[in-house]
Amino acid sequence: MAEIPVIAELPAEPIAAAPAAPSRRPLIKRHHGIVRLAHWANTVLLLGMIASGLQIYMAFTHFGLRGGPYYPNPWDGKPFPAWSRLGGWLAGGLSWHFALAWPFVLTGLVYVAYLAVSGEWRSILFRPSDVPRAWQMQLYYLRLRKEHPPQGKHNALQKFAYTFIVLLGALSVLTGFAVYKPVQLSWLTALFGGYELARYWHFWAVWIFVAFIFVHVALVFLVDPASLRAMITGWYRGRFPSHD
Amino acid sequence: MTDQPDRPDRPLSRRDLLRLGLTAGAASLATACGWQGGPLIPALRGASHLNDWVGENVFLSHRHLAHQYPVSARTPEPNFPAYSIARPLPRVADPAAWALEVGGKVRKPARLTLEMLQAMPRVRYTIKHHCVEGWSAIATWTGVPLASVVALVEPTEDARYLRFDTFDANYYNGWDRESALHPQTILAYAFNDRPLEPAHGAPLRLYSPVKLGYKLTKYLTKVTFTTEKPGGYWEDQGYPWLGGI
Repeated sequence: MAEIPVIAELPAEPIAAAPAAPSRRPLIKRHHGIVRLAHWANTVLLLGMIASGLQIYMAFTHFGLRGGPYYPNPWDGKPFPAWSRLGGWLAGGLSWHFALAWPFVLTGLVYVAYLAVSGEWRSILFRPSDVPRAWQMQLYYLRLRKEHPPQGKHNALQKFAYTFIVLLGALSVLTGFAVYKPVQLSWLTALFGGYELARYWHFWAVWIFVAFIFVHVALVFLVDPASLRAMITGWYRGRFPSHD
Repeated sequence: MTDQPDRPDRPLSRRDLLRLGLTAGAASLATACGWQGGPLIPALRGASHLNDWVGENVFLSHRHLAHQYPVSARTPEPNFPAYSIARPLPRVADPAAWALEVGGKVRKPARLTLEMLQAMPRVRYTIKHHCVEGWSAIATWTGVPLASVVALVEPTEDARYLRFDTFDANYYNGWDRESALHPQTILAYAFNDRPLEPAHGAPLRLYSPVKLGYKLTKYLTKVTFTTEKPGGYWEDQGYPWLGGI
């Protein structure tokens, strides 16, 4: 099978069964400083973008032209709690949103540029060949498969998630510009189906981000707590030491 | 096998904890209830000015004309919001005596009556209105291109800004000259093919597709060309100054 080279890099003992000897696992350099910086900068910036975005939403809690009909939205006409908002009122929300937007874009560009230049994209980019591997991973998480499938730095589901989230970031930025400059960038706004729909997609991207954040953080603590340290210090000593 | 790095295997260092603390601290600050920015407000203002500069110098183009809609696409009038500061609606005391004063840094100051404005070449378009709040609505507007009035009064080269004054309480507004010269920026006197009503800024209001609604000053009394950047009713409270879209 095609995975043989990957298997050859795995430790002799089965990964899933590697139990009580964490100190015997190899310590490896996992994340470059640029990746770690981008990750934590993005953590702050994304939370700020979401919180200020929810503040902006409060000024008009519908999607669609005035007079309707409005697009389906579980939060239609509803406010978000104060703790979830940043800016205090519309002008404050706008100030934060437009101030954080540039660093948010810059962080994304630096991260993607690093992936491209370093070759790290190979361990991140989800490709068609990852589809069956992602399926096996899913079976494992659903406990329909006993052993953890062999993997490199990231398993196929992680590749899917990390590829998808970069695309979602790009979608957020592009729909953001479409809403920000619907006349000067009318071609971009038209690409998303017009101003009202661009605003709608921009809003839904938030909930996909929020869902991602919950799953992402949950998996760190449930499956691979050592990866938290790796994202802070760069050094990893955990269950999945193989790098392809 | 991966190289074994020569590095002590220890728990998080003080520096790591500091970094984590800074990150978590900033994240929790960012979601603190109703926080406007506190000591960071000047930085936010700075970022807003940078965005104004980018909006005026990178995005704004006179070649970008707003999409025009058929009259059938108009938003039903009861659903087209109309805001004013003064309540009840500001009304001009003596419509016959009303006139627009155009002055400041100009070579030929003018006093333009509604009849004079209506006699000038007109622009009529059915376009989308974008409010800063996020809503949008479509209507037909008719008026004089502001560029025609600019040509009439001949502002000096250094007059980079326009200040618009109103009889709507203390509402006023400042514009960049480039946006004022956009071919679709007009002094509007008709809404949906009828004379402007008090709700929409009668007798004369500013209208344009290149800016958000709060820049489209209603109840006009005076246009002043200036070298100093004027503020604005909402802008002074923190709304983006350019409001360009």
